[in-house]
Amino acid sequence: MTMTEAPLLKISDVRKRFGATLALDGVDLAVRRGEVHSIIGENGAGKSTLMNILSATVRPDGGSIRFQGTTYHPGDPMDARRHGIAHIHQELSLCPHLSVAENIFLGIEPRRYGWLDRRALNQQAADILKTFQHPAITPERPVAELTIAACQIVEICRALAQRASLILMDEPTSSLQHADVERLFHSIRQLRDSGISIIYISHFLEEVREIADTCTVLRDGKSVVTGPLGDVSNQELISAMVGRPVNDLFPARGPAATAECALEVQNLSAPGVYNASVQVRRGEILGIAGLIGSGRTELLRALFGLQTTHGGNITVFGQPLLPQSTPEARIERGIGYLSEDRKGEGLALALSVADNITLTNFSPCSHWGWIDLTGQLKQAQKRADSVQVRAGNMNDAVQKLSGGNQQKVAIARLLHQGCEILLLDEPTRGVDVGSKAQIYELIVSLARSGKAVLMVSSYLPELFGICDRLAVMSRGHLSPALPIGAWTPETVMQAAIASTE
Amino acid sequence: MKRWLQTFGPFFALLLVIIIFAAISDNPGRFLSLANLRIVLAQTVIVAIGAVGMTIIIVGGGIDLSPGSTIALTGVTCALALQAGWTPLMALAAAVLVGGVVGLLNGMVITTLRVVPFIATLGMLGIARGVAKWISGEQTVNAPATWLNNLTVASPSPSWLLVSPGVWIALALAVLAAIMLRRTVFGRRVFALGSNETAARAAGVHIMRMKLLIYSLGGLLFGLAGVMQMSRLRQGDPTVAVGVELDIIAAVVIGGGSLAGGEGSIRGSLVGALIMAFLRNGCQQMGWPNYIQEIIIGSIIVLAVAADRLRHSRLQAGA
Repeated sequence: MTMTEAPLLKISDVRKRFGATLALDGVDLAVRRGEVHSIIGENGAGKSTLMNILSATVRPDGGSIRFQGTTYHPGDPMDARRHGIAHIHQELSLCPHLSVAENIFLGIEPRRYGWLDRRALNQQAADILKTFQHPAITPERPVAELTIAACQIVEICRALAQRASLILMDEPTSSLQHADVERLFHSIRQLRDSGISIIYISHFLEEVREIADTCTVLRDGKSVVTGPLGDVSNQELISAMVGRPVNDLFPARGPAATAECALEVQNLSAPGVYNASVQVRRGEILGIAGLIGSGRTELLRALFGLQTTHGGNITVFGQPLLPQSTPEARIERGIGYLSEDRKGEGLALALSVADNITLTNFSPCSHWGWIDLTGQLKQAQKRADSVQVRAGNMNDAVQKLSGGNQQKVAIARLLHQGCEILLLDEPTRGVDVGSKAQIYELIVSLARSGKAVLMVSSYLPELFGICDRLAVMSRGHLSPALPIGAWTPETVMQAAIASTE
Repeated sequence: MKRWLQTFGPFFALLLVIIIFAAISDNPGRFLSLANLRIVLAQTVIVAIGAVGMTIIIVGGGIDLSPGSTIALTGVTCALALQAGWTPLMALAAAVLVGGVVGLLNGMVITTLRVVPFIATLGMLGIARGVAKWISGEQTVNAPATWLNNLTVASPSPSWLLVSPGVWIALALAVLAAIMLRRTVFGRRVFALGSNETAARAAGVHIMRMKLLIYSLGGLLFGLAGVMQMSRLRQGDPTVAVGVELDIIAAVVIGGGSLAGGEGSIRGSLVGALIMAFLRNGCQQMGWPNYIQEIIIGSIIVLAVAADRLRHSRLQAGA
């Protein structure tokens, strides 16, 4: 392979804006024939948008893409496939009721006058499957019986059946066991050696080093580093991923007073969480960093009783919490949970602001099951004022409010229910910058007034801006919590993408 | 073992129903007689033809609540055409086509207006019933006697037919539909659509065209079921076949069809239709009042859907 050969894919200055967010802000990269090109970057850096542009589910606003020497301007996903670009999504897209062969050739079935030529179908599928030699995969087997790893092989075979020359893989190892990762890498090398190019998206530097030849780092929608992997060190890659200015959104704050331990978690295990231990004291904000899918949300949900636990102890203000106690019982013990999915499970969007604030605790504004509407309005107004909700009327539906005000309503509810331990999952997701600053101030002032805060965030600057201590979650393992001063964005990133044995 | 049970489970259920009624009947000889068998088969024809269409729709991940009304509408259409002096064959074709148009409209509302199938066809349930009453002047339409009336008689006139001609028609259509679902590219794509619509779309399957075809095919079959209804009553009745869609859906689900799509078989659905028919016939023979039948059939529907859920959760756990 010579360096002078024209690249298979050349992307220049591609841009894309979704409403107010600039998803891609000038991406340049080139992929040669028969190479594995890795794209890395934090959550939200624009990796998925770029892949969706290549597979034609999203149209770019500007820039140019050349594929196989000509301008690439696909009309729809089918058109992209005809050009030879196959996209393997993070969540697999197979039809579980159909057989392996039927899935591989779905949309391009061998046929005679509309009749399915089943013999040719199974024969051609067997030919493609031969490359991978996976014992469990036979053409006639229903896909519902296969493991996730085997399904991935079927997806790759589907890409081969369309004679793809470029395969996009979006975090293909996120749900695989170690042995399956090895098998997948073996398959990827086979594809590469046969002249097929692969764009491989991953968070894990070790994986990238093992499988990729070249790489591009995306940060805030821009390609900041691109080139052969041999030329850059892991340190350089990490600082390219996180290097962005921390703005002054964050309130000034003094040190947290050492006070009584509010929440103690010992060796907690749940689906996606292994032996997590952490202590949160009154008056402090403890942050949990980590990648999406690393088990952070699962940990918070397990603490709030929304997910069954396999083992471990939870102690609340010195009293043990039974593993089978319901969220309702946990609210009574002073635990409050702010969901990352505000629209889906955080708020009842069609109900009024007042209803949403008082939803988890009607007792101060009801008598014998009857809601005292005046009292409810008064109490809701008080809570709303204390968190600076900007709403015309407490009777307005919560869906009329901006994202920031909705989030403040959700926090006001935690206060109304008398919550002492706040479990906050991505408290500033989908919130405008102005409201963000107010929410940071609110969280800090709540902590300083004696509440304990456990906060999960994907946005490192905000963790550094308001947390007193920080722990990092990586593939279900929670690191020890260290004072915030002991971390740098680089060490956090390193811990987040470390592959734990 | 699991797959074996799924294939033959409905047959066992059918045998069980027959055995139970034969056992509790004062006159098991009459219940099991050839004459009664003919009656049951003739009674099954409408639900069986409907179940063939419904199987295609349900396997494709859809649902249709309008067959009962469509049957009334097309039955009235057939009777009106006969009254107007059309030949029986033309009247039959007109009724079937009207059914196809109803199905096409369902498909268009579902694909272009993006209304979920449940609501779209619930709307059509009202609309088709209303049109049936409108064009019939809210009265039964008397049709001149033609060979159409012989389609559903229990004892056919050339005795070598053994069972009513409608039974043979239903059987032939079932065989055709089963071959189509299994052996043609279209049939496999119906399964793909019901199994994972996003995946099918990503694989380049033309979803909109598929859905229009599926609901139209279903409609054509419901139209034919309407002709059978007219044949049985010997007149077009705009108020007939209320709730028949539930019998049809129940037949498909009892026969192994999954309301989540991607699963189901014509053979299973026919057995499901027979189970419903033997249940009704058995209850009648026992002299049980109508309400007992309704309670039993209602329970069977709930049980069948519960079994569907159970099967589904096990499938997910196994994956």
